[in-house]
Amino acid sequence: MAVMTYRDALRSAMAEEMERDESVVLLGEDIGIYGGTHLVTNGLIDQFGPKRVIDTPIAEGGFTGAAIGMAMAGMRPIVEMMTWNFSFLAADQIIQNAAKLRYFSGGQVNVPLVIRGPNGGGVQLSAQHTHSLEGFYGHFPGLKVVSPATPEDVKGMMLHAIRDPDPVIFLEAGALYGIKGEVPEGDFEVEFGKARVAREGTDVTLIAYGRQVPMLLKVADQLEEQDISAEVIDLRSIRPFDKETIVESVRKTHRAVVVQEQWRYFSVASEVCAVLQHEAFDDLDAPVERVSGAEVPAPYARNLEIAAFPSVEQVISAARRVLYLEK
Amino acid sequence: MQFDAEALVGFYQQMVEIRLFEDAASKAFRQGKIGGYLHVYSGQEAVAMGFINYLQEGDLTITAYRDHAHAILQGADPKAVMAELYGKGTGIVKGKGGSMHLFHAEGGMMGGYGIVGGHIPLGVGMAYAKRYRGEDGIVQLYYGDGSMHNGAFHEAANLAGLWGKSEMCPCLFILENNQYGMGTSVERATAMTDLGKKYESYGIEWERVDGMDLEAVLEVAERATKRVRETGKPYGIEAYSYRLVPHGAADFLEKYRTKEEVRKWREKDPITTLAARLLDMGVEESRLEEIRAAAKEKADEAAKFADESPEPDLSELLTDVYAEGVPVEAAG
Repeated sequence: MAVMTYRDALRSAMAEEMERDESVVLLGEDIGIYGGTHLVTNGLIDQFGPKRVIDTPIAEGGFTGAAIGMAMAGMRPIVEMMTWNFSFLAADQIIQNAAKLRYFSGGQVNVPLVIRGPNGGGVQLSAQHTHSLEGFYGHFPGLKVVSPATPEDVKGMMLHAIRDPDPVIFLEAGALYGIKGEVPEGDFEVEFGKARVAREGTDVTLIAYGRQVPMLLKVADQLEEQDISAEVIDLRSIRPFDKETIVESVRKTHRAVVVQEQWRYFSVASEVCAVLQHEAFDDLDAPVERVSGAEVPAPYARNLEIAAFPSVEQVISAARRVLYLEK
Repeated sequence: MQFDAEALVGFYQQMVEIRLFEDAASKAFRQGKIGGYLHVYSGQEAVAMGFINYLQEGDLTITAYRDHAHAILQGADPKAVMAELYGKGTGIVKGKGGSMHLFHAEGGMMGGYGIVGGHIPLGVGMAYAKRYRGEDGIVQLYYGDGSMHNGAFHEAANLAGLWGKSEMCPCLFILENNQYGMGTSVERATAMTDLGKKYESYGIEWERVDGMDLEAVLEVAERATKRVRETGKPYGIEAYSYRLVPHGAADFLEKYRTKEEVRKWREKDPITTLAARLLDMGVEESRLEEIRAAAKEKADEAAKFADESPEPDLSELLTDVYAEGVPVEAAG
């Protein structure tokens, strides 16, 4: 095991796979000479050259579409969305082409494409630069959608994503780029569609993905001080979605809180609630609670931004509500 | 190069086959045997015929939704194409795409696409892939005048020009200017109606060709295809043509153009003008008649095959969504 940051783990996954497989290339805005806005691709142009680390003009629809064409013609491109907020400009390419090509071609073509970049808020970028798009992209059949929360997962899931024959929406927790964690040495993959029990517990199941996972671990520590044993589940993968792990946990704890920074309605948390009421109805001792972002475009001011996203206190309170310790 | 009468007769046959195939499809559409949309290519056949003639093994094409001719000219079985239009299990994409999404990847035809302009960046990326992989293939990228007013075209053309600087984009942009984006004429869609000039913004050289004249198209197509293959740079074509039929089979009023205009363009129908040229060259009318009769029979056979084919098996609903790893749920 080596200790590395989320950012370095991500970069090492791409660099190692580029060493192994010449069909892998990177495209995006300022990913080469500039080094990447978030330094995820820093240094790769020196290692692999400009034909494999392709600096593009600021034209998300154009370069995402071109990457789809590359994937159809035998390459394995990785597109960097400088942030996922810009992906709306490429939404036609992602949804109308990447997600559907295999189906409407009757299986004649595959689109082995990864689109990656930071997702979510927390760094005062305000309304147009802050979105959590798990629910949005998770809606579309044909896409695979993942949201890793640890350095180990971001590396193992990126290696899996590059080798995957289908288009993968790789939603990085931008606020976690600097966190450190242990990462196995050598080549390893983290399979999609398998949630991770980040901490075992018996009284209540706390469910999240991405940036909210480390927050839930803090919540679990604080709940422990109140003699409440919380199990923390990191969903990791939105599509395919691992129903079994959350249902199994709730069969044990009988109570669940789902936490996300995206808006409450028509969201991942909505889906978790639907799954639990359907698959674990008789096991539930309380209605499932959703802790979500405020129903506003993301604000700029630090105090407003903090107030717009779920807090430790709100999650503790929700956990206590499902335990009927408070109203 | 100059083509002799025998070679031109061969092209005539292929163009007539496409025309009569689409006539049969239009009839089936009116009979309710074909659902959804049906966009017919009649009047523009010389464009695809001329350019596809110069494709080589390993080359790719991609086009919009008026795609029947492109698929058939690249070797798609007309029966499988017609069966697709009928929504049958024997269809070329198993009844999953219909008229707008014909694919014949084996022959290099990488699809018909239904969102105006949306496929243009894909063609540019495919061209990059050809060079990146060290292959000498090129991409013929077809699109209509309507998509030239759309961001996808401009972003893709910009990338192509840029990648062409390092010889990484052997992409032949083929604008099929049939003068109307659905019912909106070029004049009503842009102030800069000299559409080919838009290539110049992106450092792409270009030329115009009379898309109603097969021999003119062949001459340009040979040179342009060779140039793109040799240079690795994109090149632009504006093939000026006319859709002699309504936009879609449901466009029966045609309020946006006059009958007089359509009549005038009918005189330039690339198939009848080619026939006249062949007669001038000494080909017997009876031979052309035989070709038309055989093409009619082939179209009727395709329609019969489609009509008699079974619907797709219901199990096909849930296949081909993913290549691996995701269970796909049924409706309900």
